[in-house]
Amino acid sequence: MKIVVCIKQVPDTAEVKLDPKTGTLIRDGVPSIINHDDRAGLEAALQLREKVGGTVTVVCMGPPQADVALREALAMGADDAYLLSAREFGGSDTYATATIIATGLKKIGYDLVVTGRQAIDGDTAQVGPQIAEQLKIPQVSYGEELDVDGDCVIVKRQYEDQSHMLKVKMPCLVTALSELAEPRYMHAGGIVDAYQKEITVWGFEDLKNDLNPEWIGLKGSPTNVFQSFGKKPKTAGTVLDGLSTEEAVEKIMAVLIERHII
Amino acid sequence: MSKDIYVVVEQRNGVVQKVTYELISEATKLAADLGEQVVAVLMGYKIADRAQDLIAYGASKVLVIDAPVLENYTTEPYVRGIEYVIKNYDPNVVLFGASSIGRDMAPRIAGRVHTGLTADCTRLDVEVSKYQEYLRKATNLPEEKIAALDTSDRNLKMTRPAFGGNVMATIVCRNYRPQMATVRPGVMELGEKDTSRKGEVVMVDAGLTMDDMNVEILDVVKQEKKAVDITDAKILVSGGRGVGGPEGYNPLRELAAELGGEVSSSRIGVDSGWIEKDRQVGQTGKTVHPELYIACGISGAIQHQAGMEDSEFILAINTDKFCPMMQLADLGIVGDLKKIVPALTEAVKAYKAKKAV
Repeated sequence: MKIVVCIKQVPDTAEVKLDPKTGTLIRDGVPSIINHDDRAGLEAALQLREKVGGTVTVVCMGPPQADVALREALAMGADDAYLLSAREFGGSDTYATATIIATGLKKIGYDLVVTGRQAIDGDTAQVGPQIAEQLKIPQVSYGEELDVDGDCVIVKRQYEDQSHMLKVKMPCLVTALSELAEPRYMHAGGIVDAYQKEITVWGFEDLKNDLNPEWIGLKGSPTNVFQSFGKKPKTAGTVLDGLSTEEAVEKIMAVLIERHII
Repeated sequence: MSKDIYVVVEQRNGVVQKVTYELISEATKLAADLGEQVVAVLMGYKIADRAQDLIAYGASKVLVIDAPVLENYTTEPYVRGIEYVIKNYDPNVVLFGASSIGRDMAPRIAGRVHTGLTADCTRLDVEVSKYQEYLRKATNLPEEKIAALDTSDRNLKMTRPAFGGNVMATIVCRNYRPQMATVRPGVMELGEKDTSRKGEVVMVDAGLTMDDMNVEILDVVKQEKKAVDITDAKILVSGGRGVGGPEGYNPLRELAAELGGEVSSSRIGVDSGWIEKDRQVGQTGKTVHPELYIACGISGAIQHQAGMEDSEFILAINTDKFCPMMQLADLGIVGDLKKIVPALTEAVKAYKAKKAV
C-alpha cells in the first residue's frame, strides 16, 4: 500500500508573541514546525504501514527551507520525501496550491493520500478537499480514527454532534484531526538517516507539462487579498490591583448592576 | 450574468441549523446593496416543509433538492447538488456555514467549478462605503489607504482572521463566479423572523441517485451528552489554566448558574481533559460574543482572544497583572479566582434575594 502524506511547514503560533506597541505579530525568530494536524496524519500513516505494510511518502510544497520539515518526517520514519518548490508557485491560494500538489501526487502515485485537516497559519481546511477534487478521488475530512480493510479504509469522521464510521474504497484522501494519532518522537538514528536520504525537489520545470501554468501562483489564484490590516487596539480597560476579596466583589457587582446583567 | 446570493442550507436530521438563518439574514443585507435576491438551497430527504422558515428569514426563493441519497450528509451527493445549481442557475455569490459540513463541501465545489473560496469569514461587504466605515472604526489601516479604495467595486469583500485573529485579511474573487465563502457560526446577526413573508419554492431534480455516494456509512455514533451551544449564551464564565483542574470549574458553574449563563474554557482545560471540547472558546474552539465574558485564570493567548474578543464586556480575574487578558479586559481584577468567584456567587445570590423582596 502506498500512502502519501502532505505536510505543511508553519510558524509555531504558540510561540508567536504580540508587539505591545503595534499589536501586530512578531514573527522574527519564531521556529517553524510541521503543522499539528499533518503530523498526526503522518503518525497514523506510519502506524498503518506497520500494520499492513507498504510505504509512506511525504510531500511538502514550500520554500527551500521547508526541507527541514521533510527531514523531520523522514526522521519519524517516512520512506521518501518530495519538496515542491518554485518561484512560480509563490502566492498560490488554496485552489492553486491544490493544483500544484495534485500534479505532484499524480507523478508520485498513491493508494491513500493523507493531509491535515487545516494548517494553523491559514486555518482554511480547503487544500485537502481541493486536492481530492483535482485527483477525482473520494475524500473524508475530519478523520479521528483510521484503519485499513482490504482495498478500503475505515475512517471515523467527526461532526460537531456525532461521528460517522465511513468505509471508502482506495484510492481516496483523508484529512486528519490532531486527535487522529499522537505523533512519535524522532529517534537519534532516524535523524542521522534522515540527513543521508535524498529529498526529491521538483520545481516548475518538472511539473509544468502536467498542469495549467495559468492556474498556479499569485496570478493563477482565483482569490486575491484586497486589503490586510490589524485590528485597532482596544482602548485600555481598568485594571485593579491590591483589592481585598470584598472590594473586588463590590467592583464586579457594580458592573453587573450597571449593565443590567442582574 | 451571474446573479443573486445563494445560501446553502445546513440541516442535521432535518433540523435547519441556526447558522443558516444567520447567513440568510446577512445575505438579505448584501442582496439589498446589490439589487439582487436571496435564494436558499435546501438539500436533504423529505425536507421540503422546512422551506417556509427560510422564507420567513428573508429568502425570496428556495430551491429544494430532495433525494434519498441526501438523508445523511456525505460529501459527493451534496457537492453534486450544489454543482447542479451553480451550473444551471449561475449564482453571483454562494455562502456556506463554516461547520464541519460546510468546510468539507465548499472547497470541493469551488475546486469543481473552478472558482475562489474564502474560509471562515467574519464579515462580508459589497458596498465600499460600508466597508470603509468598518475599516475606520475597527482597524489600524491609515485613512489615506481607506479613502483611496475604489467605491465602484461591487465584488464581495470577504474579511477573515488569520494567525489567530491578529491579522485580518479581506479577500476578493474578481475573475470567477460564483464568489464563495464559508462563514463562522455565531458571527452574523440573526434577523427578524417574519412568517408573513412570501417566497417561491422550487423543487429541483438534480438527477442524484444512490450511486453518487462514494462512501458507505457503517455506523452513526451519537455523542452521549447533549452538546451545549456556548455561542447562544449571553453570559459566559470561562476558565483557564488558573482553575487548576476539573473540580476548579465547579465554582465557575455555580456562578454561571446564578447569572443564567454557561461555563466555557480555554484550550488548556479541554486538552487536559478537565472539561468537554464543545465548551472551548478560541481559534480551534468556538467564536462567542456574549454580553459578559468572565475570564477566570485565562492568560489570553491570541488563539483564545480570537474566539472572544468581540464580547461586549470582558471581565478578567487573574493573579498575573501583566497577562494579555488583562490588557484586553474592560475590567481586570488582579486576585485569586478561588476566593473571588465563590464570593461573587454569594453576592449575586444575596442581591437577587434582596431584589425579589
